[in-house]
Amino acid sequence: MRVYILLVILIFFSFALCAQDISFTASDNPNDDGGAILLEWTVPLSFPEMIITRSIDKENYIEIARVTPLLKTYIDDENIEDGQEYFYMLSVPKMNGETLQSFSASATAKAQWFNTDKISLLIMTILLGSAILYFILSARRGKRLYIRKISGLDTIEEAVGRATEMGKPLLFVPGISDLDDMQTIAGLNILGHLAEKVAQYDSTIYVPVCRSMVLSTAKEIVKESYLRAGRPDAFNPDSVFYLTDDQFGYVAGVDGIILREKPAANFYLGAFYAESLILAETGFESGAIQIAGTAMPTQIPFFVAACDYTLIGEELFAASAYLSNEPNQLGSLKGQDVGKAIIILTLLVGVVLEMFGIHFLKDFLATH
Amino acid sequence: MKRQIPMLITFFVGALIIVSEFIPHKPFGNLSTSLGGWFLIISGFAIILGQLSLFKVNIIKISRKAPNWPYFIIALVSFSIMVTCGILWGTQKQPGLIPISDKMLNFFGYKPFDYIFKYMFENLSATMFSLLAFFMASASYRAFRARNAESTLLLVAAVFVMLGRTTIGSTLTCWIPESLGFLHLPNIASFIMKYPNTAGQRAIMICAGFGVIGSSLRIILGIERSYLGGK
Repeated sequence: MRVYILLVILIFFSFALCAQDISFTASDNPNDDGGAILLEWTVPLSFPEMIITRSIDKENYIEIARVTPLLKTYIDDENIEDGQEYFYMLSVPKMNGETLQSFSASATAKAQWFNTDKISLLIMTILLGSAILYFILSARRGKRLYIRKISGLDTIEEAVGRATEMGKPLLFVPGISDLDDMQTIAGLNILGHLAEKVAQYDSTIYVPVCRSMVLSTAKEIVKESYLRAGRPDAFNPDSVFYLTDDQFGYVAGVDGIILREKPAANFYLGAFYAESLILAETGFESGAIQIAGTAMPTQIPFFVAACDYTLIGEELFAASAYLSNEPNQLGSLKGQDVGKAIIILTLLVGVVLEMFGIHFLKDFLATH
Repeated sequence: MKRQIPMLITFFVGALIIVSEFIPHKPFGNLSTSLGGWFLIISGFAIILGQLSLFKVNIIKISRKAPNWPYFIIALVSFSIMVTCGILWGTQKQPGLIPISDKMLNFFGYKPFDYIFKYMFENLSATMFSLLAFFMASASYRAFRARNAESTLLLVAAVFVMLGRTTIGSTLTCWIPESLGFLHLPNIASFIMKYPNTAGQRAIMICAGFGVIGSSLRIILGIERSYLGGK
């Protein structure tokens, strides 16, 4: 008798325990453009595979998914209309197909006008944008801004002069990415300054490109640079030419140019991948002055090993502003420095807070 | 006008993209993807320009009998063969203008385009890629010369990482007791890669991110005009 009483008490408590754990909710999926409902549940892990059904009239339910208790969430984005209320049923089936337990919930989907997951990004954007604008305006008002020297960029004129003296051409490689990569645009911005110097010195520049869009842009940039230097007649449209879209085909083509033409200076400025070292080593063997710049962390060591000067990361993006020496552009560089200071400060504060077990900042930055 | 209209378009589209990053509501939510699609369409048209450039430059070199000019003929012939095979018989996934005969398919085992791609192009690409191993050796030799304190530090770190990543590394230090496990070469290598190396790479990436934001703002605000041929 005692055993039976004990068993009944045990079953009662285990059901009570289970009942505490069980919940099923439906809500609008946050931070999206509508058309999705987020379903969340907490059920004992011992439950078998469960069935989620959906209805718009609380009567005709259709199965939309089979889920396990471990999954905990499901986003229903199949034919969901904004503003329509949807009713959901989470059913736990028995082995014989009958329903052991079922839970219901309802929700309406709607689109959001602000993504709350990106608050930290918005704050950083506003801070950085304000800092850059402030320094641009300060520079416009005549405030003198100190920008540290970048040896690789100061050498450009020397490299062009050397090429002119030697009667050899210069080679400019804008990387293998298309115009949708900021590194390519940064490289092309430098090409504008370089081509102007080439035009002034009456030297020759070769610009083999890997993407057709880059071809048209690079051609326009070089043409305008010759025009700006007052030597439009010296511009050769065939000096900017397309090789191939293929990575290693492009490398083979550029290596061929390096070995045949023996340029006096090679510039590798843009986005590079595995081809960086093949290009830079071939250039090194040809005896050219080599200036490289990329923001690809994995390729920077190769350029450092094989080139005379390397623009590391942000230096590539700062190059055009540095070379132009315009107060407006230099001001934006100063603004970036403020951004870096904010990041360093945030990192330090974050490290200290984490050491004391306060996770607020980390959680905020990670989830917002 | 030639510069102002592109600058206005740049400002409008740039500002729109920034705003759309924070607004999931239609039509902002998928604006970035849509514009990416537009970019692909424009790229598709630009490919014709690239091919014309390729032909023009090679033909000029052939007509002027530039050094090694026969190679430029090979480039043009290869290009023409690939284009012809692709248009006529298509590829594995894309049908061509005319159906491929069973005889031809049995002979090559693939459609002609795929056959050339698999048995010629892929091998040539792999050959170029494999050159990297030799260049890496020569570059490492120069980079790891102990000329000053920094390069000596680099050399020492490189030796630890290289040894730690090979079986000889663990063999060399297997006698060290478990209590001093941090001195095992594989552990030292992992430490170097996990902490100093990752920290350095992240620093570069964060700064590059700022560079991208700064450059983008300069372009959107029309301060940076080099890409339009301005100063």
